[in-house]
Amino acid sequence: MNKSLIGDSMSRVDGRLKVTGQAKYSGEYKLPGLAYGVLVPATITKGTITAIDVKAAKRTPGVIEVITPFNFAGLPGFKPDAAQPVRGLKLFNDKSVSFNGQPIALVVAESFEKATYAASLVRATYQEEAFETDFHKNREKGVTPQGGKYKDYLRGEANAYKKAPVVVEQEYLQPSEMHNPMELHVTIASWEGEDKLTVYTKSQGVVSTQRTFSNAFGIKPENVQVNSRFVGGAFGSSLRTWPHEIAAAYAARLVRRPVKVTLTREQMFTLVGYRPFTIQKIGLGATADGKLLGITHESYSQTATYEEFTENSVNCSRFLYDAANCNTLYKVVPLHVGVPAPMRGPGEATGSFALESALDELSYALKMDPIQLRLKNYAERDPERNLPWSSKYLRECYELGAERIGWENRSPRPGSQKEGEWLVGYGIGCGAFGAYRGRALAKIKIMADGSVNIQSATSDIGPGTGTAMTLIASDLLGVPAGKITFELGNSAFPMAPTQGGSSTVSSVGSAVHDACMAIRQKFAALDGQSAEGPLDYVALLQKHSLPYLELTEESQSSEQAKNYSMYSFSAHFAKVHVHPLTGVVKVMRLVAVVDAGRIVSHKTAASQMIGGAVGGIGMVLTEEAIFDDKYGRYVNGNFADYHVPVNADIHQIEAIFIDKPDRYINPLGTKGIGEISLIGVAASVTNAIYNATGKRVRELPVTPDKLI
Amino acid sequence: MKPFQYMRPTDTPAAIRVKGKEAGAYFLAGGTNLVDLMKMGVVAPEKLVDINRLPLRGIEVVGGGLRIGALATNSEVADHPYVLEHYPLLSMAINAGASPQLRNMATTGGNLLQRTRCSYFFDPTMPCNKRVPGSGCGAIDGINRMHAIFGASEKCIAVNPSDMSVALRALDAVVRVSGPAGERSIAMEDFHRLPGEQPELDNTLQKGELITAVELPAPVFTKNVHYLKIRDRTSYAFALVSVAAALDLDGSRGIRGVRLAMGGVAHKPWRLGAAEEFLKGKTVTEDNFRQAAQIAMQGAKGYSYNQFKLRMAPNAILQALKTAAAIV
Ligand SMILES: Cc1cc2nc3c(=O)[nH]c(=O)nc-3n(C[C@H](O)[C@H](O)[C@H](O)COP(=O)(O)OP(=O)(O)OC[C@H]3O[C@@H](n4cnc5c(N)ncnc54)[C@H](O)[C@@H]3O)c2cc1C
Repeated sequence: MNKSLIGDSMSRVDGRLKVTGQAKYSGEYKLPGLAYGVLVPATITKGTITAIDVKAAKRTPGVIEVITPFNFAGLPGFKPDAAQPVRGLKLFNDKSVSFNGQPIALVVAESFEKATYAASLVRATYQEEAFETDFHKNREKGVTPQGGKYKDYLRGEANAYKKAPVVVEQEYLQPSEMHNPMELHVTIASWEGEDKLTVYTKSQGVVSTQRTFSNAFGIKPENVQVNSRFVGGAFGSSLRTWPHEIAAAYAARLVRRPVKVTLTREQMFTLVGYRPFTIQKIGLGATADGKLLGITHESYSQTATYEEFTENSVNCSRFLYDAANCNTLYKVVPLHVGVPAPMRGPGEATGSFALESALDELSYALKMDPIQLRLKNYAERDPERNLPWSSKYLRECYELGAERIGWENRSPRPGSQKEGEWLVGYGIGCGAFGAYRGRALAKIKIMADGSVNIQSATSDIGPGTGTAMTLIASDLLGVPAGKITFELGNSAFPMAPTQGGSSTVSSVGSAVHDACMAIRQKFAALDGQSAEGPLDYVALLQKHSLPYLELTEESQSSEQAKNYSMYSFSAHFAKVHVHPLTGVVKVMRLVAVVDAGRIVSHKTAASQMIGGAVGGIGMVLTEEAIFDDKYGRYVNGNFADYHVPVNADIHQIEAIFIDKPDRYINPLGTKGIGEISLIGVAASVTNAIYNATGKRVRELPVTPDKLI
Repeated sequence: MKPFQYMRPTDTPAAIRVKGKEAGAYFLAGGTNLVDLMKMGVVAPEKLVDINRLPLRGIEVVGGGLRIGALATNSEVADHPYVLEHYPLLSMAINAGASPQLRNMATTGGNLLQRTRCSYFFDPTMPCNKRVPGSGCGAIDGINRMHAIFGASEKCIAVNPSDMSVALRALDAVVRVSGPAGERSIAMEDFHRLPGEQPELDNTLQKGELITAVELPAPVFTKNVHYLKIRDRTSYAFALVSVAAALDLDGSRGIRGVRLAMGGVAHKPWRLGAAEEFLKGKTVTEDNFRQAAQIAMQGAKGYSYNQFKLRMAPNAILQALKTAAAIV
């Protein structure tokens, strides 16, 4: 093979479709006879629905049906004794209300507008009960989650930090943060007969969605086809199948027409998860020269009363730095709120904000450079599992990032540097995220004209999956990218895992790799030649009078995960300006240096990094979903009052890749970047703000009021 | 939203007639505020009287001043060469509001009449005396981070969200209206009102009255002006606190004239009369500005979540004056 294409900077294979409006998203399928469903939200926070008056709604012209708990016929997967019960909220299955905004009815009508109007006429009466949404008040009611995974962790001595010569002990607050992808959550469901269902939905995993529908309706998985070819961002909000998706299919079967349910932006604040409100305590103890003696990390995180949500917010403290003593505790606090969901950098983003902030505080207490402090406690192997790393180039990340941001310009004395009216500060924040690889299948077919088709039931929520897979195939087959089509987002394709946990290139890329290698063998075998050198597929097919060759390969998760600890690592460097009078913060530069193994597709990987950094800026500076605990409702549940960053908030962002292959995880040597692009950003910015001002903000987001 | 009738008259008297007669009739201009409120169920008009065909779009130099038609869009006004040169403060204030897309739709009249962004007003399931008189104020004991520190009442602590209005207030604009009883002029000072016992009334317009224009007096503050808006993100967010500062300086940095008004702090654009008095005749110094900012804060009162405005507001006044006077 000639020059390796892997690592090239190819533009997105679907870029043209996207910018010309030709990419067809799930909500855009105009099925014949399509009806529209609109959900009616509960306006109480806890209680029981005693009656729902749907008369006015049903009288409205164009209304087809109103589904409520009073006429809901049930579903096989909603039964407690179901073999595969649907998890989480079972919409309309009973009359209880567990959070404000929980749907209590679905109005189906001839148009979205008619359904919306009729929905406004549905009147419910409730038996209200006392509720709890106030995290602070209920923190002590936190419980250790079920199952062993989240039990308290201890290495060495508990709370050893307290006895150290230099101690930092602080609490950090992460408010609830919404995924808010640009594309609204939407599902179109269409039945053929009683047991064959086609779904177009916003999904990060068409196969798991297929399984959930099959479980819910008690039909064979192969009778459910789930399509999600293009996804306008998801960030974790489409990792699971939500109640409104099942409701769309229920309604479609009831009215015997395809039904589309689109959530409003306001409904997306309550029905599709969020990064949960979390308070963390970090204790760090060190010797006077900066050797960590103990790390303690306790985390209390919000969940729903009707379903337990958990994430790994304390885990980074166990392995990121070398400390003989470490203990962690993780508890969830059930409140009358909608259930959270994994959000980009789930758990670790929240955890690293706390850990990396505390480490920065320790560096000032020690009068030690924050990078030196990290180097002093560099973990040469994983102290949690006591295993070697499969690969780790975090030291190189520090070095490259420091050089690029101009770390030598940082003053160790907070508040001592100015550019014009603006205070200047520099900060660092690090992140790690497990490098995963799961079972995945890919089918490859090489046609007589030399064109290549590859299929796998993976998703592309934005990272450029199709582009990366095309590059891999092009490289391994020696076929130009233009002759390769990679198809995804259809549950009828060979199985692939849900797109999450930064694992798609690792899992699906490995399957594509294996499929390409296998088909090379197959071609080579036609003529008994070696698969090592270049192959002329067209000539071989012609010679053997074959229309095409095809095969499906299955790739498994890495055996080596038992022997090595596998993580991606990142070091984020921020340079901020803070206005001393107005408290306004500008993140002038962010440099993200990433050890994510080999980078398959540089251009889309850099876009991922920039997107993650923007998400991190939102997390640290602007985003917070605010509850009024008197009513149990959000007061800013809309795009005007909940602030995602806008272009004017974003200055210079640079992504740098170490780009060294990991030898153990998969044949490509890739780890993953989706999550670490965000993990660590928040602390890099708050640490830079401290460096600029001497003000330590431990409650996100850092709005101007917190700095004046 | 509730079904409604729609009409689009082409002459002003017809529009006024319909609006004056029918209780459920609303004027529709750019629709960027009214349509949102309809979607949220905050207002439910029986009839929309679309005024976009009325001849109220022009921006004209009249006498020494400027007459801005009620339908001139925020973008047209902000980008108008005469405004940029002679009333730069107005241009800055408008451009500090909303987003380009919204400013392209939003009109001068609609901007003056946009309703508060108080979350309790916007959410029909919550109590709000402004939306439903007598239902109570959700904000006063609730999340009142965005709320008033001046001139609030027990009934309402909401703020007027307009940036444009703050500059108009500083520049002593006059609102021209036409109604069933004829035409009249309302000084900006008297146009918006404090909530008092009747927070449902944002302004002093009478039933059926249509804003036809906004008039600006002859330009004075053409050079040393600044509109400072502090907000939770750099663009497309309402003010935590904003300040319109205009200085008329003589050759030796003496302050011949000064105008100061604030947004995000009261139910109406808040003019800082006492601070202006203090500065008139003084010279440009940071210390004078600092003292003026302190004077401006007399009578301010914070609530549980907006105490920070008591610190932020004087800082903002100081910073706006410094920038207007070009001292760093
Ligand atoms: C997300 C968002 C962010 C925003 N951010 C800001 C901001 O930061 N700063 C800011 O200042 N504004 C902001 N705005 C508000 C925006 O400026 C207003 O919505 C706009 O100015 C209203 O003008 P309009 O012509 O669209 O009014 P409409 O919505 O058409 O009308 C508003 C009201 O005025 C009445 N009306 C309109 N014209 C007349 C007239 N000539 N005579 C009598 N009555 C009339 C209508 O009946 C209605 O009650 C924002 C809006 C949105 C949606």
